[in-house]
Amino acid sequence: MSEADFDLGAEAARLEAGEETGAVVTFTGRVRGGGGLRRMVIEHYPGMTERALTEIAGEAARRWPLSGTMIYHRHGSLAPGDRIMMVATASRHREAAFAAASFLMDYLKSRAPFWKKEETDDGADWVAARDADEAALERWNE
Amino acid sequence: MKVQVLYFAWLRERIGQGREVVETEAATVADLVAELRAREERYDLAFSDMGAIRCAVDQALAPVETPLDGVREVAFFPPMTGG
Repeated sequence: MSEADFDLGAEAARLEAGEETGAVVTFTGRVRGGGGLRRMVIEHYPGMTERALTEIAGEAARRWPLSGTMIYHRHGSLAPGDRIMMVATASRHREAAFAAASFLMDYLKSRAPFWKKEETDDGADWVAARDADEAALERWNE
Repeated sequence: MKVQVLYFAWLRERIGQGREVVETEAATVADLVAELRAREERYDLAFSDMGAIRCAVDQALAPVETPLDGVREVAFFPPMTGG
Protein backbone atom coordinates (compact mmCIF):
# COMPACT_ATOMS: atom_id res chain seq x y z
CA MET A 1 0.00 0.00 0.00
CA SER A 2 1.42 3.33 -1.02
CA GLU A 3 0.59 6.62 -2.67
CA ALA A 4 3.84 6.28 -4.60
CA ASP A 5 4.28 4.67 -8.01
CA PHE A 6 6.16 1.39 -8.33
CA ASP A 7 8.81 -0.12 -10.59
CA LEU A 8 7.20 -3.22 -12.10
CA GLY A 9 10.53 -4.73 -13.16
CA ALA A 10 12.14 -4.26 -9.76
CA GLU A 11 9.12 -5.68 -7.92
CA ALA A 12 8.90 -8.70 -10.22
CA ALA A 13 12.64 -9.31 -9.91
CA ARG A 14 12.20 -9.74 -6.15
CA LEU A 15 10.22 -12.93 -6.89
CA GLU A 16 13.01 -14.37 -9.00
CA ALA A 17 15.06 -15.53 -6.05
CA GLY A 18 15.86 -19.24 -6.18
CA GLU A 19 16.63 -21.55 -9.06
CA GLU A 20 13.41 -23.52 -8.54
CA THR A 21 11.19 -20.64 -9.68
CA GLY A 22 10.52 -21.28 -13.34
CA ALA A 23 7.69 -18.78 -13.87
CA VAL A 24 6.86 -15.24 -12.76
CA VAL A 25 3.54 -13.74 -13.86
CA THR A 26 2.74 -10.04 -13.41
CA PHE A 27 -0.40 -7.98 -13.94
CA THR A 28 -0.55 -4.19 -13.89
CA GLY A 29 -3.79 -2.21 -13.58
CA ARG A 30 -3.82 1.36 -14.90
CA VAL A 31 -6.23 4.30 -14.83
CA ARG A 32 -8.21 3.99 -18.06
CA GLY A 33 -8.49 7.36 -19.80
CA GLY A 34 -11.37 8.62 -21.92
CA GLY A 35 -14.91 9.83 -21.19
CA GLY A 36 -13.57 13.14 -19.91
CA LEU A 37 -11.78 11.48 -16.99
CA ARG A 38 -9.42 13.88 -15.21
CA ARG A 39 -8.47 12.10 -12.00
CA MET A 40 -9.23 8.87 -10.22
CA VAL A 41 -9.16 9.02 -6.43
CA ILE A 42 -8.65 5.74 -4.59
CA GLU A 43 -9.74 5.50 -0.98
CA HIS A 44 -8.84 2.63 1.32
CA TYR A 45 -9.38 1.46 4.88
CA PRO A 46 -6.01 1.62 6.64
CA GLY A 47 -5.53 -1.56 8.63
CA MET A 48 -8.34 -3.59 7.08
CA THR A 49 -6.99 -3.20 3.55
CA GLU A 50 -3.57 -4.59 4.50
CA ARG A 51 -5.28 -7.39 6.40
CA ALA A 52 -7.53 -8.27 3.44
CA LEU A 53 -4.62 -8.29 0.99
CA THR A 54 -2.60 -10.54 3.28
CA GLU A 55 -5.55 -12.93 3.57
CA ILE A 56 -6.11 -13.03 -0.19
CA ALA A 57 -2.41 -13.68 -0.83
CA GLY A 58 -2.44 -16.40 1.83
CA GLU A 59 -5.45 -18.07 0.21
CA ALA A 60 -3.64 -18.08 -3.16
CA ALA A 61 -0.62 -19.70 -1.51
CA ARG A 62 -2.85 -22.43 -0.06
CA ARG A 63 -4.38 -23.20 -3.47
CA TRP A 64 -1.27 -23.20 -5.66
CA PRO A 65 2.38 -24.17 -5.13
CA LEU A 66 3.75 -20.61 -5.19
CA SER A 67 7.29 -19.61 -4.32
CA GLY A 68 6.28 -15.96 -4.04
CA THR A 69 3.32 -13.56 -4.17
CA MET A 70 3.20 -9.80 -4.13
CA ILE A 71 0.43 -7.23 -4.29
CA TYR A 72 1.13 -3.52 -4.64
CA HIS A 73 -1.87 -1.15 -4.59
CA ARG A 74 -1.75 2.61 -4.70
CA HIS A 75 -4.18 5.04 -3.10
CA GLY A 76 -4.72 8.76 -3.45
CA SER A 77 -5.32 10.88 -6.56
CA LEU A 78 -4.16 9.39 -9.88
CA ALA A 79 -4.21 10.63 -13.50
CA PRO A 80 -5.29 8.71 -16.63
CA GLY A 81 -2.48 6.35 -17.61
CA ASP A 82 -1.10 6.12 -14.07
CA ARG A 83 -0.42 2.68 -12.66
CA ILE A 84 -2.95 1.74 -9.95
CA MET A 85 -1.76 -1.64 -8.81
CA MET A 86 0.14 -4.79 -9.65
CA VAL A 87 0.21 -8.40 -8.64
CA ALA A 88 3.04 -10.83 -9.23
CA THR A 89 3.12 -14.55 -8.62
CA ALA A 90 6.00 -16.98 -8.87
CA SER A 91 5.96 -20.74 -9.16
CA ARG A 92 7.87 -23.67 -10.56
CA HIS A 93 5.53 -23.82 -13.58
CA ARG A 94 3.48 -21.21 -15.40
CA GLU A 95 0.01 -22.75 -14.88
CA ALA A 96 0.02 -22.11 -11.14
CA ALA A 97 1.48 -18.62 -11.55
CA PHE A 98 -1.15 -17.59 -14.14
CA ALA A 99 -4.06 -19.08 -12.19
CA ALA A 100 -2.94 -17.52 -8.90
CA ALA A 101 -2.51 -14.07 -10.50
CA SER A 102 -6.01 -14.30 -11.97
CA PHE A 103 -7.41 -15.42 -8.59
CA LEU A 104 -5.70 -12.49 -6.82
CA MET A 105 -7.19 -10.01 -9.28
CA ASP A 106 -10.71 -11.42 -8.97
CA TYR A 107 -10.58 -11.23 -5.18
CA LEU A 108 -8.95 -7.80 -5.12
CA LYS A 109 -11.80 -6.37 -7.18
CA SER A 110 -14.54 -7.05 -4.67
CA ARG A 111 -12.99 -8.30 -1.41
CA ALA A 112 -10.29 -5.72 -0.67
CA PRO A 113 -11.53 -2.43 0.82
CA PHE A 114 -10.81 0.07 -1.94
CA TRP A 115 -13.21 2.58 -3.44
CA LYS A 116 -12.67 4.51 -6.64
CA LYS A 117 -14.00 7.96 -7.39
CA GLU A 118 -13.86 9.33 -10.92
CA GLU A 119 -13.50 13.06 -11.47
CA THR A 120 -14.63 14.03 -14.97
CA ASP A 121 -15.41 17.26 -16.80
CA ASP A 122 -19.01 16.82 -15.62
CA GLY A 123 -18.29 16.30 -11.92
CA ALA A 124 -17.26 13.48 -9.61
CA ASP A 125 -18.87 10.13 -8.92
CA TRP A 126 -18.05 6.90 -7.08
CA VAL A 127 -17.49 3.87 -9.28
CA ALA A 128 -20.25 1.32 -8.75
CA ALA A 129 -19.38 -2.31 -8.12
CA ARG A 130 -20.15 -4.54 -11.10
CA ASP A 131 -22.19 -7.74 -10.82
CA ALA A 132 -19.68 -9.33 -13.20
CA ASP A 133 -16.91 -8.80 -10.63
CA GLU A 134 -18.93 -10.60 -7.97
CA ALA A 135 -19.78 -13.39 -10.43
CA ALA A 136 -16.08 -13.79 -11.26
CA LEU A 137 -15.48 -15.07 -7.71
CA GLU A 138 -17.81 -18.00 -8.19
CA ARG A 139 -15.54 -19.84 -10.58
CA TRP A 140 -12.97 -20.21 -7.79
CA ASN A 141 -15.49 -21.91 -5.51
CA GLU A 142 -16.74 -24.65 -7.79
CA MET B 1 -19.86 1.11 25.64
CA LYS B 2 -17.79 3.13 23.22
CA VAL B 3 -17.38 2.00 19.62
CA GLN B 4 -15.19 3.52 16.93
CA VAL B 5 -17.40 3.96 13.84
CA LEU B 6 -15.87 4.54 10.41
CA TYR B 7 -17.45 5.58 7.11
CA PHE B 8 -15.96 5.33 3.63
CA ALA B 9 -16.60 6.60 0.08
CA TRP B 10 -20.04 8.16 -0.53
CA LEU B 11 -21.20 7.14 2.93
CA ARG B 12 -18.42 9.27 4.44
CA GLU B 13 -19.38 12.18 2.20
CA ARG B 14 -23.09 11.99 3.05
CA ILE B 15 -22.47 11.76 6.78
CA GLY B 16 -19.82 14.46 6.60
CA GLN B 17 -17.07 12.71 8.56
CA GLY B 18 -14.84 9.67 8.29
CA ARG B 19 -14.90 8.45 11.87
CA GLU B 20 -16.39 9.08 15.26
CA VAL B 21 -16.66 7.48 18.65
CA VAL B 22 -20.23 6.43 19.41
CA GLU B 23 -21.54 5.76 22.89
CA THR B 24 -24.11 3.02 22.42
CA GLU B 25 -25.97 0.19 24.08
CA ALA B 26 -26.91 -1.37 20.73
CA ALA B 27 -26.83 -5.18 20.77
CA THR B 28 -26.00 -5.63 17.09
CA VAL B 29 -24.67 -3.69 14.10
CA ALA B 30 -28.25 -3.40 12.81
CA ASP B 31 -29.32 -1.83 16.15
CA LEU B 32 -26.41 0.61 15.89
CA VAL B 33 -27.57 1.64 12.42
CA ALA B 34 -31.10 2.19 13.77
CA GLU B 35 -29.67 4.37 16.58
CA LEU B 36 -27.64 6.45 14.15
CA ARG B 37 -30.59 6.88 11.78
CA ALA B 38 -32.76 8.13 14.62
CA ARG B 39 -30.08 10.64 15.62
CA GLU B 40 -29.94 12.98 12.63
CA GLU B 41 -31.31 13.25 9.13
CA ARG B 42 -27.89 12.93 7.45
CA TYR B 43 -27.51 9.46 8.98
CA ASP B 44 -31.08 8.55 8.09
CA LEU B 45 -30.45 9.46 4.44
CA ALA B 46 -27.02 7.81 4.28
CA PHE B 47 -28.35 4.50 5.65
CA SER B 48 -31.68 4.54 3.77
CA ASP B 49 -30.65 1.67 1.45
CA MET B 50 -28.84 -0.98 3.50
CA GLY B 51 -28.72 -3.21 0.40
CA ALA B 52 -26.08 -0.81 -0.97
CA ILE B 53 -23.98 -0.85 2.20
CA ARG B 54 -21.45 -3.38 3.48
CA CYS B 55 -20.13 -3.58 6.99
CA ALA B 56 -16.96 -4.67 8.74
CA VAL B 57 -16.61 -5.50 12.42
CA ASP B 58 -13.08 -5.15 13.83
CA GLN B 59 -11.79 -5.00 10.25
CA ALA B 60 -13.45 -8.17 8.96
CA LEU B 61 -16.53 -8.25 6.71
CA ALA B 62 -19.57 -9.12 8.79
CA PRO B 63 -23.37 -9.26 8.49
CA VAL B 64 -25.46 -6.59 10.23
CA GLU B 65 -26.77 -9.23 12.67
CA THR B 66 -23.29 -9.38 14.24
CA PRO B 67 -23.35 -8.71 18.03
CA LEU B 68 -21.47 -5.62 19.21
CA ASP B 69 -20.38 -7.08 22.53
CA GLY B 70 -16.62 -6.56 22.87
CA VAL B 71 -16.33 -4.92 19.46
CA ARG B 72 -13.96 -1.96 19.12
CA GLU B 73 -14.46 -0.86 15.53
CA VAL B 74 -17.40 -0.93 13.09
CA ALA B 75 -17.07 0.32 9.51
CA PHE B 76 -19.71 1.05 6.87
CA PHE B 77 -19.02 1.39 3.16
CA PRO B 78 -20.39 0.68 -0.33
CA PRO B 79 -19.37 -2.49 -2.20
CA MET B 80 -15.63 -2.45 -2.83
CA THR B 81 -14.09 -1.49 -6.16
CA GLY B 82 -10.41 -2.36 -5.99
CA GLY B 83 -8.00 -3.56 -8.61
